[in-house]
Amino acid sequence: MPQAPAPNLIGTSVPRIDGPLKTSGTAKYTSDHNFPEMLYGVPVQATIGKGKIKSMDVAEAEKMRGVVRIYRYGNAPKLYRPNGQDENAHVDETRPPLEDEVIYYNGQYVAMVVAETFEQAKAAANKVHVEYASETPNVALDLSDGFNDKMKEISKRGDVDAGFANAAVKVDYTYSTPIETHNPIELHSTVAVWDGEKFKLYETTQSIMNHQAAMAQMLGVPKENVQIVMKFLGSGFGGKLWPWTHDVLAAAAARDLNRPVKVVIDRRMMFSNVGHRPRTQQRIRLGATAEGKLNCLQHDYVSDTSILDEVSEDCGEATPYIYSTPNLRIRGEMVVRNVGTPTAMRGPGAVPGLYALESGMDELAIALKVDPVQLRLMNEPEIDESNGLPFSSRHLKECLTTGAEKFGWSKRNPAVGSMKRGDLTLGWGVACASWIAMRMPCKTSLMLNDDGSARIACATQDIGTGTYTIFAQVVNAKTGVPVEKIQVVLGDSSLPPGPVSGGSWVTGTVIPSIANAADNAEKQLIDLAVNGTRSPYHGRDPKELAFSEGRIHLASEPASSGIAFDELLRKGSLRFIQADGDSMASFADPNANKHSLHSYGAQFAEVEWDPGIARLRVSRVVSVIDVGKVLNPRPARNQVEGAIVMGIGMAMFEETHYDPRNARPVNSNLADYIMTTCADCPEIDVTFLDYPDKVLNEFGARGVGEIGLAGVAAAITAAVYHATGVRIRNLPIRIEDLISGSSNKQHFA
Amino acid sequence: MIEFQLITPESAAQAAQLASASHTAQQGAEIRFVAGGTTLIDLMKLDVETPAKVIDINRLDLAKVEKQPDGTLRIGALVRNSDLAHEPNVLRDYPVLSQALLSGASAQLRNMATTGGNLLQRTRCMYFRDLAYSECNKRNPGSGCAAIEGLNRTHAILGTSEHCIATHPSDMAVAMMALEAVVHVVGASGERDIPIGEFYLLPGATPQNENVLKPGDLITYVTLPAAAANSKSHYLKLRDRASYEFALASAAVIVMTEGGRITRARVALGGVGTRPWRSHEAERALEGKAASEQHFHAAADAALRDAKPQSGNKYKIELSKRCIVRALTTATTQA
Ligand SMILES: Cc1cc2nc3c(=O)[nH]c(=O)nc-3n(C[C@H](O)[C@H](O)[C@H](O)COP(=O)(O)OP(=O)(O)OC[C@H]3O[C@@H](n4cnc5c(N)ncnc54)[C@H](O)[C@@H]3O)c2cc1C
Ligand code: SF4
Repeated sequence: MPQAPAPNLIGTSVPRIDGPLKTSGTAKYTSDHNFPEMLYGVPVQATIGKGKIKSMDVAEAEKMRGVVRIYRYGNAPKLYRPNGQDENAHVDETRPPLEDEVIYYNGQYVAMVVAETFEQAKAAANKVHVEYASETPNVALDLSDGFNDKMKEISKRGDVDAGFANAAVKVDYTYSTPIETHNPIELHSTVAVWDGEKFKLYETTQSIMNHQAAMAQMLGVPKENVQIVMKFLGSGFGGKLWPWTHDVLAAAAARDLNRPVKVVIDRRMMFSNVGHRPRTQQRIRLGATAEGKLNCLQHDYVSDTSILDEVSEDCGEATPYIYSTPNLRIRGEMVVRNVGTPTAMRGPGAVPGLYALESGMDELAIALKVDPVQLRLMNEPEIDESNGLPFSSRHLKECLTTGAEKFGWSKRNPAVGSMKRGDLTLGWGVACASWIAMRMPCKTSLMLNDDGSARIACATQDIGTGTYTIFAQVVNAKTGVPVEKIQVVLGDSSLPPGPVSGGSWVTGTVIPSIANAADNAEKQLIDLAVNGTRSPYHGRDPKELAFSEGRIHLASEPASSGIAFDELLRKGSLRFIQADGDSMASFADPNANKHSLHSYGAQFAEVEWDPGIARLRVSRVVSVIDVGKVLNPRPARNQVEGAIVMGIGMAMFEETHYDPRNARPVNSNLADYIMTTCADCPEIDVTFLDYPDKVLNEFGARGVGEIGLAGVAAAITAAVYHATGVRIRNLPIRIEDLISGSSNKQHFA
Repeated sequence: MIEFQLITPESAAQAAQLASASHTAQQGAEIRFVAGGTTLIDLMKLDVETPAKVIDINRLDLAKVEKQPDGTLRIGALVRNSDLAHEPNVLRDYPVLSQALLSGASAQLRNMATTGGNLLQRTRCMYFRDLAYSECNKRNPGSGCAAIEGLNRTHAILGTSEHCIATHPSDMAVAMMALEAVVHVVGASGERDIPIGEFYLLPGATPQNENVLKPGDLITYVTLPAAAANSKSHYLKLRDRASYEFALASAAVIVMTEGGRITRARVALGGVGTRPWRSHEAERALEGKAASEQHFHAAADAALRDAKPQSGNKYKIELSKRCIVRALTTATTQA
């Protein structure tokens, strides 16, 4: 009986294979790990923003019940810096904790109490008395000090100044975005176990391999002596890409005390010690012909970083290639503030950068009296003008036209305040989105078992986005093993090294590696088929055979004519075959290097404005996304919807407030740090164009984690202008700005 | 959090007796009742509240809502905010209270929060909640006020003093102010009724004292006067986001009209006052006048005439005015 070919699950909404574990509460997250004799560490935070520790009194705390040790400057175990040249051991805050008595930022750990219970450690931590010599910190919001002659040139073509001088219509504005704090529900945690020689570290990390290398360097032990485990992550948003100071403190304490140590930082620490999206200030200068052809684009940006480390928010990320213009210049600079070291937040660089650039484009459209969708369509480039390369797959125009159609854009009356819904004024805005597409090197290991099941292993991780399921789908597509018979093993640094979960590149990265493992498995199976004495194909020329739908068969015959791989294994009395997969980074791939690789999108937003009570709500978002082939639409849609919700927060609510007197983040809890709630979520309509990008991998999948956030804030502020006439150039939109009725004019530059 | 002793009394009198050993019922109390715990435990974790003894009152029989023969409604101190918001008498006769309750906190918090605890919830002034700031007259009398020169976007503009500008953040209490509720207390020296208008203190020079409760005073009930027939009411809360945020400005209004004229008006404001803010000025500006936008504006102006903004909250004057006008408009135009 001929068998129907197994349905290909690529592009279908396969339910998450880890879903039942999560919904039943049995998924074991990092801080769920407990060990006999385990101790608890609670850090003590500095309460000044700049200065020195004069003295520390631990006498009372040391005597408290359960306290085992109080680490501080002077008695802390020796820790080392990571090698800054090693990009596979990346750390943003490189200073080992408790290294000296200098305070660089408010909230910095000045001690860590280790005790028998969490409550005892916490109570004692509150009784560590520190005296400081305090100096005035600098958390000035105005970053103009960075707009100087030393700005680094990021990209340049033509002559922007000449272009601007010759432009018929010009805009020149400065925009700012605030410090935003990552607030995944899962707090950063670590459970450190030392066995006398090696560390086993349960971490909340988006990159187990980087974590392994960095922790080894900071602890001063060989990399092989550090194992990192992270099976489930309660989200990261970039905040968990790199190790932070509590990680090394916990590991060092475990080694020093020879007992497991758990550290779960609290929400207040989440606001100071584990990174944030830095503040940015950006000048956008655009010039166009009277018809609206861009003839110059200047993007200068400054972000703030800590005293300790230089971490830049590369706002010019998408600027060089998104529009066609003969004259372009992008410059970037950092200024130093007394804040903790910043880190990547979802869509780093491009997200704040596109807020500014796309706001500028909206202002230009208004100055030109051209429809903002039209303006973008008019300035679509043929090639990537920053490097002369063709685009691998770019459908930004279709994103715009499809979005306009779905949104009903043709019914838009451009006059400010002209559109109504009952007593409410409507505002409609649009902005474009873009994000890098990339592949990293990746190794995998595939096992095909004699019971017809498969196992795929890789030292990458699922940060809650659906990576487990993507692995299963790809293995299914390559081997024919049904998804429910595929075991996916991730989240352990002892597995073959896989990518960091960042840059939206995991999906694109793992496909070629799994494909390579499947090819190698096929070779082994065919070898077995032609050499195995009990194989029906014994003695055949391997070139005659093929492997498809889970069966070895004559290439000239259908799969159904052949032998199932598990039967072949059983005939040979083999439990399994195991095959390695290996794939290279896109930047090392000559074909990928000949292309400009990016994802694109268009965001359309509607706001409802009730002037009588100054109430603004986002009522509708239409998002059209071009991320190549979408492997699994359900989690992909979930990523974009979540990103839009985050974009609403970026536009309307989120800002970490630092008290200028002591540089302390004061709204450091989930009630006072305002984020989008369910009640703020509008109707969200997500469309994927689904054009495969075969330059990146055989299925043509790019990655969908970050693109959905790009452009959202600009689309919303454009809609706000359309409804109110108020141009928000400093995020977030505040009631006070809307009440005042006048646009943010601050010309910082 | 420090170690504390947990005591579970069986009667209100016993609870009051136990608590009367505290030297104060205000900030710094060494004995505290705990009801839902959503304020107290939170502040204990931050070491802002450090009671040595915590008296759990959840076993007391104070969780009923009862209509009294005289038409008043008696609400037990342990009635949960969610239950009260959906209680049939409240929904029918005091919708403004239900609206206020449902605008507060989150569903999870409302399921725990009690009537008594809500009245006594503490300010969200971030300097009050953070021991890193030694300056806070409310927490540490005589130390100064970190908010006046600090970040004060959410702080009060009415009833402030040079010693404290913190808001009382309750929504429920604002509606109860407009409803002229009476707080019933059992104390070491017997029972007393305190009209809610006399319950809260202005900060003055002693912001650590927020209300008239004495050591041992246990709130047992809150009584609402019989509902006035033909009254129309509305609670409106304005804030940055749509849910789970304290009011930047709110208003509870109750008006009675006859032939288009306002015969009786009650106006209370939230988010702007150092206590739930009853505005007699606004009420006077309304009573006897036509229910028109012009008079609503006049009432709003009257309510905010004495407002004293700080560096970060000037916008609250305008926001509060718009809130009053809209609440009055909504109340008077409903069927
Ligand atoms: C994140 C967050 C958001 C919130 N948002 C809002 C909001 O938007 N609007 C709003 O109105 N509220 C809000 N709240 C506050 C919430 O309504 C209060 O915390 C709650 O009502 C307190 O009630 P409780 O029973 O939990 O009090 P508890 O914490 O148990 O007690 C509070 C205080 O009252 C005392 N007490 C309790 N019962 C009695 C009694 N019967 N007699 C004498 N003393 C008593 C306690 O000793 C304690 O000092 C929010 C709270 C949180 C944590
Ligand atoms: S406003 Fe009141 S509570 Fe806030 S810091 Fe000042 S004194 Fe303390």
